[in-house]
Amino acid sequence: MLSYTLKRLLTAIPTLLIVITISFFLMRVAPGGPFDGERQLPPEIEANLKAAYHLDEPLPQQYLRYMGNLLQGDFGPSFKYKDFSVTELIAQGFPVSLEIGGLAILLALLIGLPLGIIAALRRNTMIDYTVMGTALAGIAVPNFVIAPILALVFGVLLAWLPAGGWNGGALPNLVLPVIALSIQQIAYIARMMRASMIEVLGSHYIRTARAKGLSERQVIWRHAIRPALLPVTSYLGPAIAGIITGSVVIEQIFGIPGIGRYFVQAALNRDYTLVMGTVVFYGALIVLMNLLVDLLYSALDPQIRYDD
Amino acid sequence: MTTDTLSDNRLSLSDATAGESLGRDAWRRLKQNRAAMVSLVLLVMIAVTCLIGPYLLPWGLADVDWNAFSAAPSLESGHFLGTDANGRDLLTRTLYGGRVSLSVALVATFVSLVIGVLYGAISGYVGGRLDSLMMRFVDIMYSLPFMFLVILLMVVFGRNIFLIYAAIGAVEWLDMARIVRGQTLALKQREFIEAAHALGVRDRKIVTRHLIPNAIGPVIIYVTLTVPKVILLESFLSFLGLGVQEPLTSWGVLISEGTDMMQSAPWLLLVPSLFLAVTLFCLNFLGDGLRDALDPKTR
Amino acid sequence: MLRHSHTLLGAMALSSLALAAPAQADTLNIGVMGELASFDTSQVSGGVWESQVLMDVYEGLVKKNPEGEAIPGMATDWDISEDGQTYTFHLRDDAKWSDGEPVTAEDFVFGWQHLLDPASASKYAYLLYPIQNAEAVNSGEKPLDALGVESLDDGKTLKVTLNAPTPYFPQLLTHYTAYPLPKHAVEEYGKQWVKMDNIVTNGAFTPTEWVSQSRISVAKNPEYYDADDVSLDGVNYFNTEDRNAGISRFRAGELDVLREYPSSRYQWLKDNLPEATHLSPMLGSYYYVLNTRDGRPTADKRVRKALNLVARRKVLSEQIMAGSFKDAYSLVPPGTSHYDVQHMDGVEGDYAKRLAKAKQLIKEAGYGPDHPLQLKLRYNTSDEHKKIAIAMAAMWKPLGVEVEMTNAEATVHYQTIQEGDFDVARAGWIADYNDAENFLTLLRGGVGNNYGDYDNAEYDTLLDQAASTQDLDKREALLEKAENTALDDYALVPLLYYVTRNLVNPEITGWQDNAEDDHPSRWVKFHDGD
Repeated sequence: MLSYTLKRLLTAIPTLLIVITISFFLMRVAPGGPFDGERQLPPEIEANLKAAYHLDEPLPQQYLRYMGNLLQGDFGPSFKYKDFSVTELIAQGFPVSLEIGGLAILLALLIGLPLGIIAALRRNTMIDYTVMGTALAGIAVPNFVIAPILALVFGVLLAWLPAGGWNGGALPNLVLPVIALSIQQIAYIARMMRASMIEVLGSHYIRTARAKGLSERQVIWRHAIRPALLPVTSYLGPAIAGIITGSVVIEQIFGIPGIGRYFVQAALNRDYTLVMGTVVFYGALIVLMNLLVDLLYSALDPQIRYDD
Repeated sequence: MTTDTLSDNRLSLSDATAGESLGRDAWRRLKQNRAAMVSLVLLVMIAVTCLIGPYLLPWGLADVDWNAFSAAPSLESGHFLGTDANGRDLLTRTLYGGRVSLSVALVATFVSLVIGVLYGAISGYVGGRLDSLMMRFVDIMYSLPFMFLVILLMVVFGRNIFLIYAAIGAVEWLDMARIVRGQTLALKQREFIEAAHALGVRDRKIVTRHLIPNAIGPVIIYVTLTVPKVILLESFLSFLGLGVQEPLTSWGVLISEGTDMMQSAPWLLLVPSLFLAVTLFCLNFLGDGLRDALDPKTR
Repeated sequence: MLRHSHTLLGAMALSSLALAAPAQADTLNIGVMGELASFDTSQVSGGVWESQVLMDVYEGLVKKNPEGEAIPGMATDWDISEDGQTYTFHLRDDAKWSDGEPVTAEDFVFGWQHLLDPASASKYAYLLYPIQNAEAVNSGEKPLDALGVESLDDGKTLKVTLNAPTPYFPQLLTHYTAYPLPKHAVEEYGKQWVKMDNIVTNGAFTPTEWVSQSRISVAKNPEYYDADDVSLDGVNYFNTEDRNAGISRFRAGELDVLREYPSSRYQWLKDNLPEATHLSPMLGSYYYVLNTRDGRPTADKRVRKALNLVARRKVLSEQIMAGSFKDAYSLVPPGTSHYDVQHMDGVEGDYAKRLAKAKQLIKEAGYGPDHPLQLKLRYNTSDEHKKIAIAMAAMWKPLGVEVEMTNAEATVHYQTIQEGDFDVARAGWIADYNDAENFLTLLRGGVGNNYGDYDNAEYDTLLDQAASTQDLDKREALLEKAENTALDDYALVPLLYYVTRNLVNPEITGWQDNAEDDHPSRWVKFHDGD
């Protein structure tokens, strides 16, 4: 297992190199540049800007320059947020996104998994229908609708909680964004857990376990839940990488200083260095999360082995 | 869209050794599931309404009623579900939007289903170096900045509705592939796969006849979860100028427009949301029913 | 209710800053629509929200009063030479940076040279081009010290030499490009001088904390020469990019001012928060560019005229935008100093007649049912632009015009229309400074912002003449004549004049609507504030 993990970590390097290279050129051949805006700049000013950011060099040279800096751990300055380097922006924003996203995931697991299991055990009863109906509502209403409604109801009309703002991560400011972010995840997790529970409960080896005379509780806890977690785990790997890197919608609506908005804003602004920073960061997280998922597989189902 | 999923599964499941056609068997069991059948009927009705409805309404997609801007629903004016800020009939636009959203959902979900399931099953079943290689490719696809991918597609191919399907399908299969691969890794260690091996069944047949059918539960559920994602993703593409262009619209676009007007003209949010919600509810119950009907273990 | 929550939240915000401030401190909470690019004024990207922060922490030679008028700032007074090309500013004795160092003419020379240094790559450097050699310095053709600014009398006097008499020069000096920079701090800390630990400013407030993408906090600057007259203890600028969320935060009492609420919410706000909802004329024009390049249908004046004739601007402003814009019939908006609003001919009044005339023109231009006029309309993605585009397409429909609408994100939109791939395109211009010339250059031949490539020698000559005219009345006549030349040519489709849209806590005073939408917090007081 250790050698497998090490091997995977080694393959992460070429994987990320490919991601960086493709992203770099993808971004640079796309139309629109960092200095295109409502106001056309006089040619000499555009020339100054290009020179300042080395955009006047041939693309391959810019690529080599970028990779050279990257190897020294330098992501460069942001094109748009000039008082900060890309590293500073991510270092400032990621803990915030991690806090909100981590809490949302935790909440989603704590609520979603039991709901899914209960619905599966009480299949086709009122409980099942109620749980799944609520979950569906959570899926059907997108978060850009949920978030403003939450802010309106709890922030304005009832005035129980702040309608927005971060305030250094004070508890009242966390509540609404975490809920808004977790609703959809609760629904996803509950739906998937219910389905795979049903799948597992109907499987051959659970029938065997029952036939052996194990109590229903033992069957469920010892034999059913772990394999049933497999598809949820597969889903969660990339999903967690996405959620802890923030959500542009939630961050903008609640005014939260996370990094989610950079993924969209940086691309819209053609803030090349910041785009690359987010790509490298997200790519590394994806690789890491998927590795964790693969390792978890073996824990959930000891029969799964990686033999290469 | 549901009938397509059905026939696809029927194909992969048909087994010559069974006395009764498995497809017909599944259909028979599906028919016994009342929730699923009601959902199926409703879905067909929604689809048909979106297709035919606009021809029965007096307003065109882009027709402006210069006397009714942001007008509330009313029987007298003929705008049964109100008008938008530009004085266009909301019901008409929601039905047209349904055509776009349903077709995006149908095609993009189908693409992600086919690619994702095959890719995941092969990767998991073959394992070893190929699995490693295929999964690193998935990691790379996850990490690429989606927006630039989309913008470039637009540059290369121009504005084209099929591109939306392609772009969405191109990202949505990744989750599916990871899920199916996970299931396959677990399934291939089970006795029945090993038994098939021992009997000399060809790999291809093991994958299509045994692995995929047994992973069908999570797959169907994930499909029903993909549909809303795809429909909302389409509205983001419209933001970039890749999605549908005015005067054409979609449910995702209508909902995001309606959110702004939530307090002053709530019908602009409620009407398209309701259409989307009903569709999703139906899809889910139908999905559950299909899963039960296709489950090889209860056969 | 608003007042109550203001103090409560003010206190909360301050305690989070860990400042030793009394709980009753008067802190103004402003919701701005984006993130400041930098406290280095040469690096600013041009958002309205940026000037809000910068005008509170810095002060130029000239500053603004609540009405938005230019009044003496760092300079107590100035002399203008006979030819109108040399300005001599006398700096105030008590002007200090927030670390107690005096503000000298050297700081202005340094700041302006820094702005025009090619290595600074400042986007808005061109605003100082009226200064002698500024353009040459910025292009790297001349050294920094060739710039026509000089510090005299040990830094008590600043002498500025211009290329030509520039009547709007004092106006221009209120812009952030003309602020001084703390030479001593920049020399000490280098590029790091903008960091919160190092920064010094010369305005009424000075920055204390910056939570990127969320909040900038500034505190009253005790060294400010007029500090006794500054009522607020501090200001928080909250980044509220989601403008509907900003309204919720305002209603929850978390914001005292919300800049630029969305136009679609105007009616609702007016009905529900009548005392807080502000709307007033602004120096800005919203127009459609007509592509006059050869081969485009809009190169034909008859087509341009027809499109203008049937544009129902009143419907647009009052019905579709629900009163949140003013209908426009010219490029230069009302409120421009030394300028009378012009009016495009025949685009108002009896609609049926206008429609008949327009149909006639379209027919003359060679279009008809079997050869319909097809137009490519481009706009940048936004709900407002979309609504307007849909309405315009509907208004042109009776002419048999088939409009193909294309939206794109802003960077792609402007790049595309600059390349000329459109017939009609959405554009807008908000004044950099209060002068008609700032708008009229939009149609000057060969200028980058002239997206439609409108080319009229007479127009350009008139602008050239105006630029070298010192007499304000003569200059006005020339500029007005120029605009009329373009309007008679139907060079564009003027649609709407921008308005300022703000939500303002009725409990504050010293905050007034003005055409440039500039509201220095220095003047703001809470009603019962002591």
